[in-house]
Parts: sequence; C-alpha cells; structure tokens
Amino acid sequence: MRRAGACVAMLGALACLGVGSLSLPSARAEPLLVDLSDHLVKITAGFVGTDVLVFGAISGPGDIVVVVKGPAKDLIVRKKSRVAGMWLNRDSLTFVRAPTFYSVAATRPLAEFVPLALLQRQGIGVEHLRLEERGAATEGEVAEFRLGLVRNKQGEGLYAREVAKIAVLAGGLFRADLSFPANVPTGAYTVEVYLIRDGDVASAQTTPLVVSNVGVGADVHFFAHGHAALYGVFAVLLALLAGWAASAAFRRG
Amino acid sequence: MQIYLPIAEMSVDVFVVLGLGGAIGFLSGLFGAGGGFLLTPMLIFLGVPPPVAVASVANELIAASVSGMIAHWRRRTVDFKMGAFLLAGGLLGSSLGVWLFGVLKGIGQIDFAISVCYVLFLGSIGLLMLVESARAILRRRGHRSDGARQRYPDWVRRLPLKVRFHKSRLYVSAFLPLAVGLLVGVLAAIMGVGGGFILVPAMIYLIGMPTTVVAGTSLFQIIFVSANVTLLQSISLQTVDIVLAVLLLAGGVVGAQYGARYSARLPGEQMRIVLAVLVLGVCTKLFFDLVATPADVYSISVEEGLP
Repeated sequence: MRRAGACVAMLGALACLGVGSLSLPSARAEPLLVDLSDHLVKITAGFVGTDVLVFGAISGPGDIVVVVKGPAKDLIVRKKSRVAGMWLNRDSLTFVRAPTFYSVAATRPLAEFVPLALLQRQGIGVEHLRLEERGAATEGEVAEFRLGLVRNKQGEGLYAREVAKIAVLAGGLFRADLSFPANVPTGAYTVEVYLIRDGDVASAQTTPLVVSNVGVGADVHFFAHGHAALYGVFAVLLALLAGWAASAAFRRG
Repeated sequence: MQIYLPIAEMSVDVFVVLGLGGAIGFLSGLFGAGGGFLLTPMLIFLGVPPPVAVASVANELIAASVSGMIAHWRRRTVDFKMGAFLLAGGLLGSSLGVWLFGVLKGIGQIDFAISVCYVLFLGSIGLLMLVESARAILRRRGHRSDGARQRYPDWVRRLPLKVRFHKSRLYVSAFLPLAVGLLVGVLAAIMGVGGGFILVPAMIYLIGMPTTVVAGTSLFQIIFVSANVTLLQSISLQTVDIVLAVLLLAGGVVGAQYGARYSARLPGEQMRIVLAVLVLGVCTKLFFDLVATPADVYSISVEEGLP
C-alpha cells in the first residue's frame, strides 16, 4: 500500500520535474534530477522503522551513488583494558561532529565505477567516512578507534553494513529505498546524490530530510526538554496517583 | 504490539514491558525490595539506554512503592517513625551520591563503579541472607524470629539520642537509622535504584527490625527517594521516559498488590532465601560481565553539551 502510494508520488513528482514531458525539453538537459517520496520521517507511537523512496532521472550515461547522513554529534569512543582481572574503560578518543546515521546506496558495486581517490575525497562508504578526532593519538590508534566506532554503529543498525541497491529503470530513471530503523536518531539529515561518469562526479545534489517525533511522542519530548522541572513534577504526581489508584481499586476488588 | 518511546527514542513491545513491570512489581510488594536492581538491568538488556532506564525505573518505583506501601499500611505493617529517620539519612545520602556520580562520570569510570558496587553489595548481602535464613530454617526453633530482641554492640548502645520505635519494638539511638539511611542513599544514587535491596537486609541485620514491618517501612522510604531521583533526573538530564514509566507502572502497581498480599502468607525465612537467590543470581551475572572478555572492547557514547 505504502509502496504503491510512493510509486504514484514518484510518477507525479517526476512529471512535475519535467521528466518525460516533451513540452519541457530544457529540463531534460539537467544531468541529474532527484527527489524523495517524503522529506519528513514521522516518528509516531507505533514507529517501527520506515523506508523513504529516493528517485530521479539522469540524462546520458553514468552511475548513481546516494549517501545518507544523520545529524552530526561529538562521539566518544572508549576502549576497555584488563586491569587486575577486570575490564574497565582506559583510553578514549572523541570524533568531532561524526554522523549519527550513515548509509550508502549505489547502482553497482562501488569499486566497479568509483576510483578509490574519489571515494576518499567525497567520504563515500563507511571505510572512507571522513572523521576528525580531537586529542592526541597515533595514526594506528585513530584507525583502531575508528573501526570501533563503525563496528558499534553497525551493531546498532545506524551505519549500514552493505551498500544498498539502486534500481535503474528505462529512460534514465532510477529509484532506491532508503531504510531507517526504529532507533533512528531524530534531527536534520542530508541525502547526497552523485552522478558518477567516467570515474568522476558529473553532477551532485543534496536534499534535506528531517526525522522528527510527531503526535503525542513529540509533545512528550518537547515537554521533557522545554519544561524539565514541570515534567519531573508531573511524572512524580502521575506515579503517585497511579499507585494510589491501584491500591484503591484492589481494596474494592 | 510495538510502541515508540519518545525519550528513549526506540520502540519496544508493549506486552514485554507490561509483563516485566508486573513481575518486578510482585517481587517489590513481596520483599519491599527487588524493583530497580532487577528492572534496570533488564531494560538495558532490551536496548533502552542506561540513563533512560535508570530514570524511568525511578519514576515507576514511586507508583509500585505507593501501591505496595498502602497495602502494608492497611495491615499496619509500616513503622512511619523509623521510616522518617531512615528517610532523613537517605535524602542526605542520595545528594552525596549524586555528587559522587558526577565525579565518577567525569573521569569515565561510572559504569565500572556501578558494576563493582553491585557485585560487592549484592554478593555480600546475598550470601549473608542465604546463610542466615538457611540456619534459621535448619534450627526450626518453632517460634518466629520477629520477637527476638536485637543485641547491639556496646558502642551502638552507648550512642546518645535514644528513641523508642513502638512498631519495631526497638529502643535505640536515632543515629543508627540515620546512618543506615545515609549509606543506602549514597549507594542508591550511584547504582541508580531505590535502594530497597540494600535497605531491607540492613533493616533486618543492622537495625534488627521485625521482618513483618521491614517491607512496608522500606517501601515508605523508597517512595520519597525515587521521587527525588525522578525530579533530579528530569531537571538535569531529561532522561525520564514517561511512556516507558507508565507501561512499567501499569504492570507494576498490580503486581505489587498481589506481592504484598502474598508476603503475609509466606514465612519470613523462605522469603529471604528466595530474595537471596535472586540477589546472588544478579551478582554472578554482573561479576561475569566484569571479568569476561567483552565482545567489543570499544564502546561509543554521545558527548554531552552539544545541541
């Protein structure tokens, strides 16, 4: 149902973009046209993760790479060592403004059409993700901590383990499902779309995507952060009342 | 059925959380303890971030404790006077504990401190209770230990400010419950629990209260300590997930009622053995986690103070 709706949205949007419309031949000259089925991922009470459709069209030959990045945060990576038989955190390294979410989709395996230098320059793929560390550490240590960060993020399902598939349709149309798990961080995301031709970026476009709480969940979140003291009092009173109500109900029962 | 938790920012199965709350609530009504120290690790196991688990459990404990305490109150098994002295010590102790928590967090060792505290206290309390109750059952002296007079060491007997506690049938210096409350408060704040599982054995073995009034009095004290923790956590860290707390307490208040009813029927020694086994079980698990090679020596967390 959602997929069908997304397809209709896609066709409608493509028509708006001028793709396939002969009356607007100039639009066809754009090397890369992209849009999302939805620019807002709504986290409602029943949220269990979702897919967002990225779609568009290219003129001429080339391959597509889509990179999704979540809101940047300073992430501390800690390393445990064994001290007197027990494991405790000893060393740590902070990666400044690292993406809290990261996934990549491509029309073909990246190695087949993107040179290594380009992957590194654009930071495409978790192994080439551009991370800046704070504090002194040797190159080897940084590499270790970096792997630790990626491994933990992959474990949480927030960094993609594999490059997702972009389907290429007739006439230069393409589409891909970007999946977001239930524990997706809220905030402002970017969806970067690259058109790669002859081993270089022929065109690129960045589309914003917002992941946000809506409905009761959003109200609770806003209440908790905006009026923290009042929220705390409310939480305490609610619990007191619930405890009293339960014992009153049981007395009668 | 899945439900999204707005503060934890993840979704959980409604029935798993309800069932968990109910089971833990039953134990808390039964022993006057056994809420936080079992619930928090289980929520963390479900994937709830530890700070959110600690704060939301504190919120839930208020409801479960009120529900259980009222049930005990009706049976007149709450020593309010003793509870007030314990509470005074507890509030002071938890403030000290919150400060200590901040210091340990600053040097990145809070997780380690929490685990070590758990292992040390659960281990010693569990063993003490197990030995003590096994001995009591083996002796089969025919009369209940409730009437037995507590024999304090000389230095305790010499402490000034003696107070008579009618419900507990004790005449002892106010400094004893104050000190016990203080110690439990510090530990409760560091370990992020109401403190019942330390308080209950301390009331039995250190203060010498009769088993019958221990659960109700402990619950009375926990209401205020967990209300304090809920407030502090809401204000300073915004980690109280009210949706999670409501789900837990829906199960918890019902469970606590059944638990409190059951506790009247169960012999004191057997109750203590069950609690001791539970305590030792959690202790063993935590000790194993502390010494076993972790699956990944690296872990990540978001640095605070960023939008």
